Amino acid sequence: MELFGFLGEIITDYTLRTVALGSAILGIISGALGSFAVLRKQSLLGDAISHAALPGIAFAFILTGIKSPIILIIGAAVAGWFGTLLMLSVIKNTRIKTDGALGLILSTFFGFGLVLLTYIQKQPQANQAGLDKFLFGQASTLLQSDVIIMGILGAIALVILMLFWKEFKILTFDPDFGESIGLPIRLLDILITFLLVIAIVIGLQTVGVVLMSAMVVAPAAAARQWTNHLGLMVVLAGIFGIIAGVSGAIISSVGAKLPTGPIIVLCISLIVGISMLFAPNRGLVWNWIRRRINRHRLHLEAVLSDLYELTLHHERRDHPHSVRALETMSIGGGEFVRNSLRELQTKGWVKNVSGDEWALTESGLAKANDLVKERQV
Amino acid sequence: MNPAQIEIQLIAIVVAVACALPGVFLVLRRMALMSDAISHAILLGIVLAFFVVKDLASPLLVIAAALTGVLTVSLVELLNKTKLVKEDAAIGLVFPVLFSMGVILISRFAGDVHLDTDAVLLGELAFAPFNRFEPFGYDIGPITLYVMAGILLLNLLFIIIFYKELKVATFDPGLAASIGLSPAIIHYALMSLVSVTAVGAFDAVGSILVVALMIAPPAAAYLMTNDLKWMIIISAVIGILSAVTGYWCAHIFDVSIAGSMATMTGVFFLLSFFLAPKRGMLSIWQRRSRQKWEFAIKMLVVHLSHHENLPEAKDESRIDHLQRHFEWNKDFAERVVRRAEKSESIITVGDIMELTDKGRQLAGESVVK
Repeated sequence: MELFGFLGEIITDYTLRTVALGSAILGIISGALGSFAVLRKQSLLGDAISHAALPGIAFAFILTGIKSPIILIIGAAVAGWFGTLLMLSVIKNTRIKTDGALGLILSTFFGFGLVLLTYIQKQPQANQAGLDKFLFGQASTLLQSDVIIMGILGAIALVILMLFWKEFKILTFDPDFGESIGLPIRLLDILITFLLVIAIVIGLQTVGVVLMSAMVVAPAAAARQWTNHLGLMVVLAGIFGIIAGVSGAIISSVGAKLPTGPIIVLCISLIVGISMLFAPNRGLVWNWIRRRINRHRLHLEAVLSDLYELTLHHERRDHPHSVRALETMSIGGGEFVRNSLRELQTKGWVKNVSGDEWALTESGLAKANDLVKERQV
Repeated sequence: MNPAQIEIQLIAIVVAVACALPGVFLVLRRMALMSDAISHAILLGIVLAFFVVKDLASPLLVIAAALTGVLTVSLVELLNKTKLVKEDAAIGLVFPVLFSMGVILISRFAGDVHLDTDAVLLGELAFAPFNRFEPFGYDIGPITLYVMAGILLLNLLFIIIFYKELKVATFDPGLAASIGLSPAIIHYALMSLVSVTAVGAFDAVGSILVVALMIAPPAAAYLMTNDLKWMIIISAVIGILSAVTGYWCAHIFDVSIAGSMATMTGVFFLLSFFLAPKRGMLSIWQRRSRQKWEFAIKMLVVHLSHHENLPEAKDESRIDHLQRHFEWNKDFAERVVRRAEKSESIITVGDIMELTDKGRQLAGESVVK
């Protein structure tokens, strides 16, 4: 009942509805475009772009004197885009590697952004209040009009993503092949980076410059654990993004003094953790269980083939052998051998003749025979 | 300059050099972004330690923060080992979690204490001289200056003592491992230094300036030299220059000091990017352009020498023939001829070109026999 009351609140409470909707849009767009960034090993590009956007926001405000979100978003996009181009040019023309170039752009652009922000603060007539919300994000200040702009930009980005789906797929997995069939790979590269810039800029107001990179990396990294299929991964990343965004918005609205951005980041990180542990095939827990089962099976087979080895020395195949003899051949102690024998007994492959004496059964003999043959192959 | 201004610049200079030292190895080892991750993640350590001791000046804060830095590095390694995500993604996953926890704890519990996120991220160098170091009642300068000088000394000693080990491990990890230098130990030692430096610098200059000072000066120096020792020295010098010029820019325009210094590191990198000898964009362009002309002149003399003294020589040696033969446009062809004349490889009689001895020699050298 409480849950329904809560859902009702989301729909009726203006602030919560706006924040949840904004966070959902942020989640789906950054999840979808982040998937490509992560697959293209550009996970941290988001970090650089979001930091580089800060001077753009400040510049847009200085130039126009208007605090309208669309103008600030354009400023952020231009600066983020410029930073990316500069970074790519550094990587291409010098021996500085991606990590260095990213760090260079993000720290110096951000520093310049700070300079501009403090410059604006010192202007007597300027009403700069609210610009610094881009640093850490302040989802609670989202307005319906902000969300509408986010929605429109996000929709444009998603539509472009769908239109060039096949091309982007080739760009991601085999750009050389793309080049050979005449795709404009460079242009596509620029286009998809531009879409990433849009995704990041959309999120800045909600989660802020510093944490935006997490929204690019995390949903995609989580989705990656569940599937090997690009389409599914993008959809899943979008869904994870929405879940994290909305639950983050709700949690921070419940508790006092819980900043939305960091909460959203913790939510998506939790999803990443769960995915890495429990996703089928890749999940660490399943891997661990699988390894345990395999190891157990190998141990059993080792005891069985030891007994087989001993049996081969005797005329009678059901000649019993002592645990002590098996123990000397085995990697484990007497208890380990006894336990293994008991388990083999339940499978009907060995029989207990007397006390610590064990012998192979007919089916055990056949099984051991198969094993030895398998190994010889 | 009043004493406070001198002190601020001194602190900034010490921080700049302290950051540049480990920064060189971060850039060379392609782990520049670990400085970003560590300098953000230490916020959590500082906040947790603050809740325990309730004192912002306690050395426990520094220790806790440094431990968080090492924890960040270990978590990234751990994620890498699972092979579930790529290395860059691992960094991008780990530090936002720790940073978010720090931010949430601050805004939920710390209230109006001096500890706020802006301060950690942005720092406020202008306030650094307010905390004085006063042993036995004598005021001998700001605390931050002494803390950072200590860290600078630590970094310097580490690099001097383990210079050879660091060098081998950085440029040839395989060799390092084979002669018994554990890559893991060097990695963690370096990361601990980065953590300690970031922690020491955080309340003075903020984490972003730490990142800028650790990456930009070494990156700029990397373009200027091939010698590790010189790279370290140049990085330190660029760091100092950025600190001082950054301070004065901030002073003149009345803006954030840390931001201004970070901007200046970017400016100095750009200068190096364009003007560095050999590797700068300008000398690359120059070299390319020179090579273009040299190549064109070689083509021209080889062409002339092919047809020299043959019946078709008159036809082949006409300047307007070049356009057809090499598909050069008229303007380019004329400029090549003029340059070839200037280098005394050919002489022109009317619109017929003739090789000089020098030109013949050049043609001979240019063709592989």
